[in-house]
Amino acid sequence: MTSSEILFDSPADPVVEGPVLQVEDLQVSFPSEAGRVHAVRGLSYEVSPGEVLGIVGESGSGKSVSSLAVMGLLPPSARISGSIKFQGRELIGRSDAELSKIRGRRISMVFQDPLSALTPVYTVGDQIAEAILVHRKGSVSKAAAAKRAAELLDLVGIPNAAERAKAFPHEFSGGMRQRAVIAMAIANDPDLIIADEPTTALDVTVQAQVLQLLETAQEVTGAGIVIITHDLGVVAGFADRLMVMYAGRAVETGKVDDIYSQPRMPYTLGLLGSIPRLDVGEKQALVPITGQPPSLTDLPPGCPFAPRCPMVVDACHTAEPPLINVDGSAEHHAACIRTGEIAATDTEGAEAAAEIFGAEVVEAAEIAKVPREERRVVLGLDALVKEYPVNKGVVFKRRVGTVHAVDGITFDIREGETLGLVGESGCGKTTTLMEILGLEKPMGGEISVLGTNVSELDAKRRKAIRRDMSVVFQDPMASLDPRLTIHDVIAEPMQVHGYGKDEINRRVPELMRLVGLRPEQLSRYPGEFSGGQRQRIGIARALALEPKLVVLDEPVSALDVSIQAGVINLLEELKSSLGLAYLFVAHDLSVVRHIADRVAVMYLGKIVEIGDVDSVFEAPRHPYTQALLSAIPIPDPAKERQRERILLTGDLPSPANPPSGCRFRTRCFLHASLPPEKQRTCIELEPPREVQALDHEAACHFAQIRQVL
Amino acid sequence: MAGFLLRRLVNYVVLALVATFLAFTLASVTFDPIGVLEQRKPPPPAATIEAKRKDLHLDQPIPQRFVTWMSGVVRGDFGHTITERPITDELGRRVGVSLRLFLLGITLGIGFGVLLGVVSAIRQYKFSDYFATLFSFVLLSTPVFVLGNLLKIGAQDINDAVGTNVLLFVGETTPNFQGTWFEHLWDRLQHLIVPTLTIALGQIAYYSRYQRSSMLDVLGSDFLRTAQAKGLTRRQALFKHGLRTALIPMATLFAFGFGLLVVGGTFTERIFNWFGMGHWLIEGISTQDTNVTATVTLFVAVCVLFSGWLADVLYAALDPRIRVN
Ligand SMILES: Nc1ncnc2c1ncn2[C@@H]1O[C@H](COP(=O)(O)OP(=O)(O)OP(=O)(O)O)[C@@H](O)[C@H]1O
Ligand code: SF4
Ligand code: SF4
Ligand SMILES: [Mg+2]
Repeated sequence: MTSSEILFDSPADPVVEGPVLQVEDLQVSFPSEAGRVHAVRGLSYEVSPGEVLGIVGESGSGKSVSSLAVMGLLPPSARISGSIKFQGRELIGRSDAELSKIRGRRISMVFQDPLSALTPVYTVGDQIAEAILVHRKGSVSKAAAAKRAAELLDLVGIPNAAERAKAFPHEFSGGMRQRAVIAMAIANDPDLIIADEPTTALDVTVQAQVLQLLETAQEVTGAGIVIITHDLGVVAGFADRLMVMYAGRAVETGKVDDIYSQPRMPYTLGLLGSIPRLDVGEKQALVPITGQPPSLTDLPPGCPFAPRCPMVVDACHTAEPPLINVDGSAEHHAACIRTGEIAATDTEGAEAAAEIFGAEVVEAAEIAKVPREERRVVLGLDALVKEYPVNKGVVFKRRVGTVHAVDGITFDIREGETLGLVGESGCGKTTTLMEILGLEKPMGGEISVLGTNVSELDAKRRKAIRRDMSVVFQDPMASLDPRLTIHDVIAEPMQVHGYGKDEINRRVPELMRLVGLRPEQLSRYPGEFSGGQRQRIGIARALALEPKLVVLDEPVSALDVSIQAGVINLLEELKSSLGLAYLFVAHDLSVVRHIADRVAVMYLGKIVEIGDVDSVFEAPRHPYTQALLSAIPIPDPAKERQRERILLTGDLPSPANPPSGCRFRTRCFLHASLPPEKQRTCIELEPPREVQALDHEAACHFAQIRQVL
Repeated sequence: MAGFLLRRLVNYVVLALVATFLAFTLASVTFDPIGVLEQRKPPPPAATIEAKRKDLHLDQPIPQRFVTWMSGVVRGDFGHTITERPITDELGRRVGVSLRLFLLGITLGIGFGVLLGVVSAIRQYKFSDYFATLFSFVLLSTPVFVLGNLLKIGAQDINDAVGTNVLLFVGETTPNFQGTWFEHLWDRLQHLIVPTLTIALGQIAYYSRYQRSSMLDVLGSDFLRTAQAKGLTRRQALFKHGLRTALIPMATLFAFGFGLLVVGGTFTERIFNWFGMGHWLIEGISTQDTNVTATVTLFVAVCVLFSGWLADVLYAALDPRIRVN
């Protein structure tokens, strides 16, 4: 980062007193078929120079709309009122031409989806250079801008920047594209950077890199930052102040530490209580916020959170509560008429949330009390291998290589047990699942279900075994046929397996109740349900045949946190009451810690560490596990600021051409710190999986405990 | 990249040959020139008929006839018409006449079509968009001969209003026209306007519809927003980032659009009495002339496939992702 001085030599910027951004009573509405959507309803906030403001809220709460309003990028159909002052100058009402002089120069923005944020037909370098040229026509030559673009790419950590600047966006990974967008955002040394969910679409390791990068960007530019997120963990260590939004308004604002330790509005409490914590060992009661955010077309009078609030009283329905000072602090505000009572309880934070929302720890199943060795193996993988050919040519395909998607993995799952399978995207999780679900003879190794080796199955036995195993997919929308009623969706597996009509008609409503839905809704179609409800339907369908093992592929990652908590609780209850075993694939390690009994960490088609959840999370031995865990933010500002991040460099190497010896060595920080003769061991020898502790194995030549939580 | 375009070109040459062969075969099987001859009153002598049969190689199997004809074509000899005139002599002039019409039509069609599509998309649901939509649908559902005749009537009205014949719509030039080269050019231009319009209007309607929808896709895209967030005005972002991307799918359409054009062109030539290739095809079919039919088919195939190839080139030029792979 030494080049930063040369890059940001902007002397002419006037030093402005007071806040960089001042939003007052902002209202934004859109026309829609159902009437006007009031997306933002009277929002006021400020950002001081160099300050980081976090905006948190559920999907649809108006986070993006309010920031697009600041940028002047709302569609023409939007109706805006109120005031947005940037460095004392009013922005509302200015023409596009005037705003374009400020956009990218004084205020810049980083968007959520890096994959589509860059124009596909121009090189990354050109697009960054354009950001400079558009504001400094005449004073900066094209060549100088191109050179600076390369410097900026270097600054945001793209290796070989001068070369990579000539690449097109599709040649960059998601993380690299987000870096390029950040390079663009800091190109003109702005005074305010708005980042709208900058890490949502990224892997945790990349998320940690991007957050770090934003911190660096803030240091070099001294800009104020608005970071929008729905993940309370992300902003805990980064933001100075926090604003929680609900239904287009701020419902709680204050210093980050105050809000995390003393939330004073039930919605904030719920949000905090709904996050599974990576750093909590004992079973935690997750708070589900029931119901859905209100429709913004015609809100009834009163508190918009009332329909979902556990503390609601009649007075809540009379008028919308304004933001008022709480705890006698001039900086901490909450919009709730009962905030005083919340302050008066003797519990705080997540505990208070569990109490107020009445969440309870789910009891473990009977079977889980039997020692692991004595329980039956439900699923066993032994050195499973799956390879894909890499072909070139259109007409005459030539095989030019092999992708080792799954390269010899071994684990077993016993009755009543949950195994979490984690790793970055592209490490082979989904391939492993597909191999298991296919029940075909694998390319290499063995798969056995309930003690039967699947290679020896005939068609009839295979069908019988399918009954014992079912699956729930990630995307609740895509995995349900939109033309079938819910009844048919749930009944389908039973029909396939020849259940009688009476039996089906008896069981379907029973399953609906089991997953917490009302049987009266059976004649509806999937489109009429929310994401969380659809996921429940998916679970009901998976349970139809009374399986022993349920394979869950990222079952909650498409859901908002508050909804996610409900689904996790449901999965835990079902596991406990039905004695199910789960294979739970996820990239969110906090969820895995909460729900799993054992965890397997995959890297490039291999398991690098496996074992009891508490042992692996508290005393990780493999450098990759340590890096993964350290990348996960913890929703606790004090802890988060003290944590030392292990940042992995670069992206996952191509599985078609994995590094020799230990596959992780190209990104391994431990390897980098070893003396050369030890490094040679990593390069030449593939580390075997070795027992580290009771039910805890890791594959590293130099495995050593490192606490990262 | 060059290799890719070369391979495509070879593919297209093969396709053109196949298309011509099929047309030749179909014509040879269905046409019965001898029958026409025999039905003349008074019937020609048997010797004449026999000589004609020999001359047309009707005693040979069809593939052999095709090879004979094709080997002539390669040397630049397209054979004779049924009335014994060498096709090659007439070919150059007719190709010139048709290409003038086609090229102008397609250039105007693409140019204005794209423009209209972009404007429609940007002003979605405004009056100009509704108007453009209506305009396109009316044109696309009007058969060319109706449109051509309507334009003729319109042109006549204009001429009447002006008082002299500014817009001429019979033939491609005034017969036995005398004058300087400039006057020649002016005369041809006067003949060109109405037929070109007949062809171009349909093309504009066709391209504008597709351009509108591909532009709409781009309008809601994230990268356009990024471009504006950098400091480009909406207009700059639209033209620099939006249009370029929205044009990519249009390149592929180009090949199909040309097919449409050729069909329209055939009718247009008839309506305005232009002795071009389309006119010739109709003539060839009505006189049961295999060689003429095959020649025109070959011409059309070459045009369509060349435009297909051009579409590939355009696609590669617009979309760098193709070039990189
Ligand atoms: N262009 C638009 N036209 C109509 N309604 C819109 C438009 N953009 C947003 N809205 C509505 O405004 C409300 C707030 O949306 P916004 O995108 O700000 O939510 P968000 O908090 O950013 O959610 P997310 O977490 O999903 O990004 C939603 O009800 C949304 O449907
Ligand atoms: S005002 Fe009432 S309904 Fe709203 S959050 Fe407070 S207690 Fe709940
Ligand atoms: S074996 Fe070497 S390279 Fe691999 S994880 Fe251990 S230290 Fe790192
Ligand atoms: Mg958003």
